[in-house]
Amino acid sequence: MFDFREKPGQLIDAHGQDTERKGFFTDTSICIGCKACEVACKEWNEVPMDGNLELLESSYDNTGDLGANTWRHVAFIEQDEQQIEKARDSGQKLVSLGMPSIGAPEARQKESAKHIGMPEFGSPGTRIKEKVDNPPNPDTPEFRWLMSSDVCKHCTFAGCLDVCPTGALYRTEYGTVVVQDDICNGCGTCVAGCPFGVIERRDTGTIHTKPDRVDSRYAMDVKNEGTANKCTLCYDRLVDDQQPACAQTCPTTSIKFGNQSEMVESAVERVTTMHAQGSTEARLYGANPNDGVGGIGSVFLLLDEPEVYGLPPDPQVPTKDLPHMYKKVGIAAAGMLAAAATAFVGARKK
Amino acid sequence: MANADLILIQGSNMAECHPVGFQWVTEAKQRGAKVIHVDPRFTRTSAVADKHITIRAGSDIVLLGALINHMIENDLWFKDYVTHYTNAAHIISEGFAGPEDLDGLFSGYDDELQGYNNETWQYEEDPDAADGIAKDMTLQHPRSVFQILRRHYSRYTPEAVEDMAGISQKDFKYLADAFAENSTRDRTTCIAYALGWTQHSMGAQFIRTSAVLQLLMGNMGRPGGGIMALRGHATIQGSTDIPTLFNLLPGYLPFPVAGKHDTLQDYFDESFPQDQKGFWHNGDAYMISLLKAWFGDAATAENDYAYHYLPRLTGAHGTYQTLMRMFDKGVDGYFVLGQNPAVGSANGRMQRMGMANLKWMVVRDFQQIETATWWRDGPEIQSGELKTEEIDTEVFFMPAANHTEKAGTFTQTQRLVQWRHQAVTPPGDARSELEFFHDLGKRLRERLQDSTDPRDRPLLDMTWDYPVDEHGEPDAEAVMKEINGFYTTGPDAGKPLDNFNQMKTDGSTAGGCWIYAGVYAGGVNRAALRVPGDKQDEMAQKWAWAWPANRRILYNRASADLDGKPWSERKKLVWWDEDATKWVGHDTPDFPIDRAPNAKSEKGVFGPDALSGDDPFIMQTDGKGWLFAPMGMKDGPLPTHYEPAESPVSNTMYPQQESPSRLLITAEGNQLAPASGNPGSEVYPHVFTTYRLTEHHTAGGMSRFLPYLSELQPEMFCEVSEELAEEYGLESYGWATIISPRGAIEARVLVTQRMKPVRAGGKTIHQIGLPYHWGVGKEALITGDGANDLLGMTLDPNVFIQSAKAVACAIQPGRRPRGEALVEFVNEYRERAGITEMTGQSRLTYERDPETMEIAEPPTLSEPEHHEGDKLV
Amino acid sequence: MSRFSMLGWPVFRQTKSKDKYGRGPSVESPKYENMRPRTEDADDVVQSVCPYCAVGCGQRIYVKDNEVIHIEGDPDSPISRGRLCPKGAASEQLVNTPSRQKTVLYRAPRATDWEEIELEKAMDMIADRFLEARENHWEDYDEEGTPVNRTMGIASLGGATIDNEENYLIKKLFSAAGAVQIENQARI
Repeated sequence: MFDFREKPGQLIDAHGQDTERKGFFTDTSICIGCKACEVACKEWNEVPMDGNLELLESSYDNTGDLGANTWRHVAFIEQDEQQIEKARDSGQKLVSLGMPSIGAPEARQKESAKHIGMPEFGSPGTRIKEKVDNPPNPDTPEFRWLMSSDVCKHCTFAGCLDVCPTGALYRTEYGTVVVQDDICNGCGTCVAGCPFGVIERRDTGTIHTKPDRVDSRYAMDVKNEGTANKCTLCYDRLVDDQQPACAQTCPTTSIKFGNQSEMVESAVERVTTMHAQGSTEARLYGANPNDGVGGIGSVFLLLDEPEVYGLPPDPQVPTKDLPHMYKKVGIAAAGMLAAAATAFVGARKK
Repeated sequence: MANADLILIQGSNMAECHPVGFQWVTEAKQRGAKVIHVDPRFTRTSAVADKHITIRAGSDIVLLGALINHMIENDLWFKDYVTHYTNAAHIISEGFAGPEDLDGLFSGYDDELQGYNNETWQYEEDPDAADGIAKDMTLQHPRSVFQILRRHYSRYTPEAVEDMAGISQKDFKYLADAFAENSTRDRTTCIAYALGWTQHSMGAQFIRTSAVLQLLMGNMGRPGGGIMALRGHATIQGSTDIPTLFNLLPGYLPFPVAGKHDTLQDYFDESFPQDQKGFWHNGDAYMISLLKAWFGDAATAENDYAYHYLPRLTGAHGTYQTLMRMFDKGVDGYFVLGQNPAVGSANGRMQRMGMANLKWMVVRDFQQIETATWWRDGPEIQSGELKTEEIDTEVFFMPAANHTEKAGTFTQTQRLVQWRHQAVTPPGDARSELEFFHDLGKRLRERLQDSTDPRDRPLLDMTWDYPVDEHGEPDAEAVMKEINGFYTTGPDAGKPLDNFNQMKTDGSTAGGCWIYAGVYAGGVNRAALRVPGDKQDEMAQKWAWAWPANRRILYNRASADLDGKPWSERKKLVWWDEDATKWVGHDTPDFPIDRAPNAKSEKGVFGPDALSGDDPFIMQTDGKGWLFAPMGMKDGPLPTHYEPAESPVSNTMYPQQESPSRLLITAEGNQLAPASGNPGSEVYPHVFTTYRLTEHHTAGGMSRFLPYLSELQPEMFCEVSEELAEEYGLESYGWATIISPRGAIEARVLVTQRMKPVRAGGKTIHQIGLPYHWGVGKEALITGDGANDLLGMTLDPNVFIQSAKAVACAIQPGRRPRGEALVEFVNEYRERAGITEMTGQSRLTYERDPETMEIAEPPTLSEPEHHEGDKLV
Repeated sequence: MSRFSMLGWPVFRQTKSKDKYGRGPSVESPKYENMRPRTEDADDVVQSVCPYCAVGCGQRIYVKDNEVIHIEGDPDSPISRGRLCPKGAASEQLVNTPSRQKTVLYRAPRATDWEEIELEKAMDMIADRFLEARENHWEDYDEEGTPVNRTMGIASLGGATIDNEENYLIKKLFSAAGAVQIENQARI
């Protein structure tokens, strides 16, 4: 009876439609940090201006992080030679590419490697036994500037979705996780449920300008105030066979969009090529279905440890143990349902 | 560009300024091409390049010259190509002397001309040669262009690069090897540049150096080769082709100059000598067609096609000269159209003070840009230099229609003319420029309709009857048809021309811009062609229309060898089809279609007919690519390194510090810092360079008013190295004040390893980065001090562009003084440096013998000691 | 949603379907079930060109009721293949931002603020001033006595952001009026 819960890397097809799980592959090695993704996302989704129009003190990043009013965020990281060397080393040591260094149980490991069609590099968190003899990159720089466009991960085990008491968050037929703005009552439970800090309540307080710039001429219409907001993977474009606004606009194809399985495949291909070219700093993030969120719908190719980009190295969905709980304590499930019902009725009264 | 094997980006921050164009670089790189970025700063372009090389701003000719020298001395140049397709074999007149002979000057320098007389730079004549030019095909003649080139660049060594450009010999070797390996029959190198080259007093020569290098390596006219100018405005190319520039008529026809072009015949004789090869030979037909397009029936053979209707130039009347006239109350009215000179032009303070001397101005824009509000919110109001209640200037703000609200064409950076359909009508009072000027013209004509004054004839006689729609908007396609050209008489009267070869000298054709002839061929708006890119081949000839004649790569005959065969299968573009006896290929051949590769020009034949089969450069008077420019460049036939104005580095290449023919503007408010070696130069010891960011657009009129862009780069900042921050105690993300002899601005501080001090001229030179998007005002969503307020006006003599990429400055921590104290603060620095209006204004660094032009007394350079930080205030 | 039906209640729906945890279709609201892109009801989609830099990226302008409702990259363009940079992607805001100035403003000599005036009146004032300035600084001859037939009283700056056809009319009108001081960003 518990089989209908998502398995690592696999979603249940509750919609029964002929649609595949969609996702991004963000290849940060070709990102030029132009932030077109941020703007195109905002324009399409009518996301309001964020921030206080002051420098964020973070290189060219003045967005900071993902939130209610920022669904794509480009990080900028400046690194010297030592940090580059370190990244090369750590990338070399990474085994199953894209897997966080803290591993999942051995049994799942093989299954996952098979699942994403990767060559077996060994088990996570251990060194490669036969070290690949990569020629050093002849153009070793003394300095580098990393850029990476972050986005909602559309997790397999989606914490926000698990905890949403109103049914506002749901899994679409594309396997993505979307907030229904007509249902969300702004309770904010989902905010704590996201291990990536992606989802956020849109408050009036999040939109402000400098005190001397309260000019109403610049005031934007703000929709969905007081509700939870995040990337929808442009659900309203997918239903029309269009790609998400960020992927369409990305000048260098750093953001790619497609069937999630194909995204993972091309990510694996790209990281393998880069390693062969001596860029051993390359590694994947989110391609491991055995991580704490069951793999994600937005795979990344990174050039350093996830922390460097402000990404959790080992994201864990807070509701990870929920199924086991259900198994042992049936009453808990009933309790959850009751809570959901109450919240739902509460929302409707608003 | 996607076909290149090496892409050298220098003087451009392509990834930031042209992100979508950069997709082709990304693609080339993924196909295995190498990308090298040479720039004073490590930018987002450097971040995705294979290698970034830090260069001292303004030393590009040293680096490129050294590449030329390296290729020649190591025998790496493309012999067949150079010998036959360039003017390498041409012999230069006996009187020629170069800067290695004349202490840094070319022969022909004349102080009174403020530049050169180019008589001695001409080809030696050979009465037996078909084209009359003496040549030595072995390239051994000491006065052959090739040998002159070799001698000229022999001092541009890796050591000189290290000393003047601050680039290590190791990095130079990396670049030189990559360049040589990727410039062969089978491989090509593309060079991309932008304002990092043009905004120098030597800007045109920077570009010339790259052209010499590309010709030497056989990279011109071939796929994946060439020099790509990355331009910054939607139709900056178009506004040069159909110029809103004083010195040109449409299609690069010169604007008539008094004393030189007094009659139409004078104009033809001077502009299009009839003993030349190439398509400029037909300049008379282009000019007469233009006059017919403008003045219609009033332009007749009898009145020289109303040539006398055109006003005449008497020197430079560029934007900076116009500004100086404003101060003399010599300009009453000023139209500013989609531009923001209060922020975007050099020496912002003088720009605004100049506008305060106008009687009236018209600002046409979408928003209340700083050029519209300086009289109320400008920095000079704050400093007390101007008082709103005392400014007499009337200001009209006329709202403009944007790109969705009108139809018309933009010409992008590769000469592609693209039509935009009108999507909506403009809101409120907003109008297109087309409607505004058409309406203004009609009102002027109404007011003058009874005039008998001959000076009003041109206005009354010009053709101005364009059809308008129900809103009064003229039909842009009707204007395009006039630009394209049409038959004026005969059975085809009114029929659009198919190409510029149909233009005639007898008045039977009209055409507003000869190079655009064909854009409306057959009455079809070819700029509006929209066959999707994936439904046609790589050249995409059915997407819009490129001038001339829809050619996508210019001079593409050079992509084939002497016999007309591609240099290699991999780099195939156009070739000679023996059977069909014509040129064929992937692109429209940019060559007489049936001219066989072995065809020889005959004596006494001129114009396009005189082109030999091996004359690929069909717009040049000799059909060859010019390694040496006997004419056309005011500041020398070969690019030569001089220091930028105000440089803190002494020129060790020649005993001539700055280009002697740079264009100087001597005025209060435009004072220059003393150059290296002069007392006071230590007061402004650093160099700043200005630039754009991805998130903003030029002077901010189209970005600082938009929330989505403003939030991405909200504040003015400067970029400094860790070393400079340490030296001055600049706090990361704190404030710094940057001071030049023209002004002082404040900016938040980005301390970054992306900026590195360079060693040059035996000194440590700190380069400071300043984006120039911000301006002082109250209307934009984000405001800040304008970097261009620091710039002086010292211009390139060829194109009159100001020097903005390497300018002397001082820096100190903290915010700038407010109010009147700011003026005193700037003065105090100037006084300390002993600056007068004449500082930096002498053309010759040392006194010379007026006869021989040799330096009278060889100087002993006394270098001032390297300062230990300038922390006085 | 006017009527509340027990059958539509998500908890009820989820117990009936495969969606046992209520994370899929059983909680999908009618709005999301019938979701369509907001461009679908555009009256027109017009091919255009980005107004910022000189790359010349293709744009598609979505229009409804004579208003631009969305702008995105034109995938057909061989130049840009549907992509836009942040500025190009912000074009819709360039068109529709509320701070856009849509009326004529006039600042009289020595005035401390703008006043709004009629477009017609402004055009007449500009035409009058144009002729007056032309007259004030008219030059028949240069210092050498060579005819120049020009006025130095009027200057213009701009052109790199406006259309070829517009530049053409400006150049033609100014030249015919004898005004030679025309410049644009290409020089800057």
